[in-house]
Amino acid sequence: MADALLRLVDLRKHYGGLAVTDGVCLDVMPGEIHAVIGPNGAGKTTLIHEITGIVAPDSGRVVFAGRDITRLSLPRRVRAGLARTFQITSVVAGFTALDNVALAVQARGGSSFRFLRPASSERATNEAALAALAEVGLADRAAIPAGALSHGEKRALELAIALATKPRLLLLDEPLAGAGPEETERLIALLTRLKSTYTILLVEHDMQAVFALADRVSVLVYGRVIATGTVAEIRGDPAVRAAYLGEDEG
Amino acid sequence: MAREAWLPLAVLLALGAAPFLGLGGSYETTLMARAMILGMAAVSLAFLVGGAGLASLGHAASLGIGAYAVAILDAHGVTDAARVLPAAIGAAALFSLVTGAISIRTSGVHFIMITLAFGQMAFFTASSLAAYGGDDGYTLYRRTEVWGARLLEDRLAFHFICLGALALTWGGCAMLLASRFGRVLRAARENAQRVEAVGLSPYPFRLLAYVIAGAIAGAAGFLLANATEFVSPATLSWQRSGELLFMVILGGVGRLWGAILGALVFVVLETWLAQQMQHWKLVFGPLLILAVLFLRGGLSGLVARRHG
Amino acid sequence: MTTQLLLVQALNGLQLGVLLFLVAAGLTLVFGVMDFINLAHGVQYMLGAYLGAAFAAATGSFWLGLALALPAALAAGLLLEVLVFRHLYDRDHLSQVLATFGVILVLNEGVKVIWGAAPLQVPIPALLEGGIEIMPGLQYPIYRVAVLGAGIATAGLLWWLVERTRAGMLVRAGATNPAMVSALGVDVRRLFTMVFAFGAMLAGFAGVLAGPIFSVEPGMGDNVLILAFVVIVIGGIGSIRGAFVAALLVGLIDTLGKSLMPDLMRLFLDASAARQAGAALASMLVYVAMAAILAFRPAGLFPVRAG
Repeated sequence: MADALLRLVDLRKHYGGLAVTDGVCLDVMPGEIHAVIGPNGAGKTTLIHEITGIVAPDSGRVVFAGRDITRLSLPRRVRAGLARTFQITSVVAGFTALDNVALAVQARGGSSFRFLRPASSERATNEAALAALAEVGLADRAAIPAGALSHGEKRALELAIALATKPRLLLLDEPLAGAGPEETERLIALLTRLKSTYTILLVEHDMQAVFALADRVSVLVYGRVIATGTVAEIRGDPAVRAAYLGEDEG
Repeated sequence: MAREAWLPLAVLLALGAAPFLGLGGSYETTLMARAMILGMAAVSLAFLVGGAGLASLGHAASLGIGAYAVAILDAHGVTDAARVLPAAIGAAALFSLVTGAISIRTSGVHFIMITLAFGQMAFFTASSLAAYGGDDGYTLYRRTEVWGARLLEDRLAFHFICLGALALTWGGCAMLLASRFGRVLRAARENAQRVEAVGLSPYPFRLLAYVIAGAIAGAAGFLLANATEFVSPATLSWQRSGELLFMVILGGVGRLWGAILGALVFVVLETWLAQQMQHWKLVFGPLLILAVLFLRGGLSGLVARRHG
Repeated sequence: MTTQLLLVQALNGLQLGVLLFLVAAGLTLVFGVMDFINLAHGVQYMLGAYLGAAFAAATGSFWLGLALALPAALAAGLLLEVLVFRHLYDRDHLSQVLATFGVILVLNEGVKVIWGAAPLQVPIPALLEGGIEIMPGLQYPIYRVAVLGAGIATAGLLWWLVERTRAGMLVRAGATNPAMVSALGVDVRRLFTMVFAFGAMLAGFAGVLAGPIFSVEPGMGDNVLILAFVVIVIGGIGSIRGAFVAALLVGLIDTLGKSLMPDLMRLFLDASAARQAGAALASMLVYVAMAAILAFRPAGLFPVRAG
């Protein structure tokens, strides 16, 4: 078995008496798209916080590309190659779409402590930013202020920003949340295209999207991973049906 | 920006031409020098507030520290600009570095309050400097020399030095905001989480911006001490910090040059009202309130709307 | 420094503390409930002192003066709320700071126009003249003891109002979660106007009490305001309990610092320099305390709002 790109080892976090993540173990293999599903209150948000460094686990380790990153801050994790999107879209509304991505490009390439030259006149930066926008189909919206984009476009923009950091792993936090049916379809098509190039950890509510996209699925219930397997395995797993799918359908 | 830039340029040109258009007397140049120097401090504060999103209520501390550097060195016989100016800038920058390192960890109202607290500390420190006048302040009997020459005593030369410093401050701050460094500051003002998620921590950027603004205010303090030939703790008071903030708001937070306009209008209005009546603050206060309530976007916003 | 002097200074510190609490209570509630930062709260303290002094002089009785000054302070607070503050609730903190700064300018100048720039002296009411023996051979002014008592009694009353009444429950809920309170169908604006006027009256009450101790003069509210802000930031914004603890703390630090620092400074400096440096350093102490507390507990000692 090849080495996992992201390995979560026995992550535990308690709030008061409540175990929110109760010994989560999970491997994301290079090249795969690995989905985490679970009912509300399963601890998905806390798990994402632990992976991205917003919340420190009480015990356990987060290992990324062979390196223990459990105690690193979010910016340092991003620089190590772990990019993320947010459940609630997070862009700089006053910047153009291009400048939003250019910020990520400049963070990746060279120092941001440069004072003399106007940032908007850096051709190489702008070209790289435009390329990332093209990758998500937003090239013709480059000059629009991010705040004026549609919800689905903002979602795509956030993806472009994440891509511009040249990530080794994309962590997508409910990328379809709040999207209408048409937008969902377009975003799924986009994610399908990205699938061939990037390793993705996908946390998502939309079952159909998960089953359409994921190579493997982990099911999180009450802070524990109760099953990991291919889409077919998870669909057939009686414990998953009992704990999760049954509930969802009922 | 480019379309609106004619107004601040026109203002700077007008200030340059003023001494030759009948405004070259001692009274007028003193007034203009005060407006330009406070304008310089206000632009540096606008850089902080509008650029980096750091609404400091202690900016006058840096201004006062720059001014006190002149007084303290004067008391020890050091009067050459080559040594006094770097000391004024350095002291204000150092103060900003130390207080900023703590303040910038907080945000919102706590940031306003903690910068106010540090400003008060500087104020009381100045009051305690018995050797340099304590509460009563310190009178300078001669202005700082420039390599032995008494250049700053010359009315016209001083006028153009202040004008140059103001223009440099405006240009420099605008350049910083447009740079990579400024892009990070502007992005973090709107959405700090976004900046972290592209791999940058806003903290060092904000701290550096705080130090730069402090250093500029220190330089303004150097000029202010020489303009008034007097330094007192009032220069560091929280009321002065409030006035600087008001100049920024009056001019319009979104535009650096608004602060120049704000400072000019503030100083002229204050001086004119004080001549008209004894209790001029009874008029000035309501004007201030009305400006905040109704002049959203400030004076520069008005201009930009008309030409935008 | 003798034990006796230390005791007297500690009592003075507590008494400054309760006055600060009366000012800070309104400030912290207004701030907690409406997220409104009101620099003009200090001038309401000053206004209370002037109204108390004026009414006392006109009626010849401190008590009548007090009885008239309280509703007058309340009315002044309401007037300011309607004229100015009401239009600022939806604005950012910076706008609030500046507009209320304008109110300070007007009122500080206004009292100068009406009562002149010279300080007014308010005589201590006859009932509370003289001293009581708090230790063998040590007299302490009855009036100051009364101020301390009145302050603590008011704190108790306020605690009861906030913790035990329905209006108080709404105010507390408003400080924790304003959106929820308005979702409950409560008219938050009206609730706030009430809190606001009440806070203004408390500050005015503190001003009346302070009249016979400190001189009544223009600008007397400015320093109290800044100290009150230090109090609410240390105590945790929106917390009455925090304001009480922090007010006593700040009162003690400030008063004891001012009496001890000059003596401490004499170890390093000559007498007159020590007096000046000591006083200034003592004034700094509370800000040092605030910076230190914020560095370790950014939300203050008793944080109200979670997250």
